[in-house]
Amino acid sequence: MSIEVNGQTFETDEEGYLANRSDWSEDVAKEMARIDSCELTDNHWEVINFLREYYDEYQIAPAVRVLTKAIGKKLGADKGNSKYLYELYPYGPAKQACKYAGLPKPTGCV
Amino acid sequence: MAEQTGEAVVKKFLYVNRKAPYGTIYALESLEVVLIGAAFEQDVSLAFMGDGVYQLTKGQDTRGLEMKNFSPTFRALEDYDVTKLYVEQEALQARGLTEADLVVPVEVVSAQRMAEIMENQDVILSF
Amino acid sequence: MLHTVNKSPFDHNTLEACLKYARQGSAVLLIEDGVYAAARNTAVSKQMQEALKSVSIYALKPDVEARGMQNRVMDGVRLVDYGGFVDLVVEHNAVQSWL
Repeated sequence: MSIEVNGQTFETDEEGYLANRSDWSEDVAKEMARIDSCELTDNHWEVINFLREYYDEYQIAPAVRVLTKAIGKKLGADKGNSKYLYELYPYGPAKQACKYAGLPKPTGCV
Repeated sequence: MAEQTGEAVVKKFLYVNRKAPYGTIYALESLEVVLIGAAFEQDVSLAFMGDGVYQLTKGQDTRGLEMKNFSPTFRALEDYDVTKLYVEQEALQARGLTEADLVVPVEVVSAQRMAEIMENQDVILSF
Repeated sequence: MLHTVNKSPFDHNTLEACLKYARQGSAVLLIEDGVYAAARNTAVSKQMQEALKSVSIYALKPDVEARGMQNRVMDGVRLVDYGGFVDLVVEHNAVQSWL
């Protein structure tokens, strides 16, 4: 599978996660969201950027439970909870946001 | 050993790591199982003995091998509530290493103490 | 003769076997987990220092760096890159890979 962004084609796996993390750009994230009929707001970007930083630091896409806790620690309890994150990312905050962030599917994702 | 807390049974799991990080796939596989297993909220400990202590050394740079450097992921274990990391003193010493050479805080224990820790588990997974 | 060793000296007897057969003037290249033998102050340092008196010992730099051993390599062990590996193979009449 692949995704086309600004005339360029990037390889993805069968679930739409980028095959090469280095192919990521904000436009790739926007195109992935558009396919899911999701418009990315600042709140969405906050989670995407958080995940990209988390990956740079730990070389891992966190499981949803870990993401929720870590967001709470960094951005406060009003954002570090399932309700808030599932409203932003109804397909599952870790899975969907990791995809838009160009990361692999989270490890420990059940 | 297993504690009954409400409905859920919490068992003591020990992951035993004896392999160096890149020569074989065991080390990476072990870490992935730990991360996946963490979702089940069991009482998890990690043991590093023999060449397993090399998994935790600072300064790993795998760009020349085009392999993933997974040593930073050990620092994320705390987020997964995996905080008991035991490292065998004799293994460090034979390799000219000290606790200061490792990427995460650990409890350095003697081989004898490690044997006791193993005795005290419900499940041991060996890599 | 060029000998290569790709196993950790603490987990296998490959290094020991190699050093037993490596004759004066031959070269030993440590690769993969074999590079752990090149570190200072280990249980095999003495054995390595003894061997360095009669053979040249090299370690493959990308493997050394991957394992975080770049600041621990003992004096006398020379680091080579992949090009250096090829040069060593070309310079020697035969290669013995100790597995």
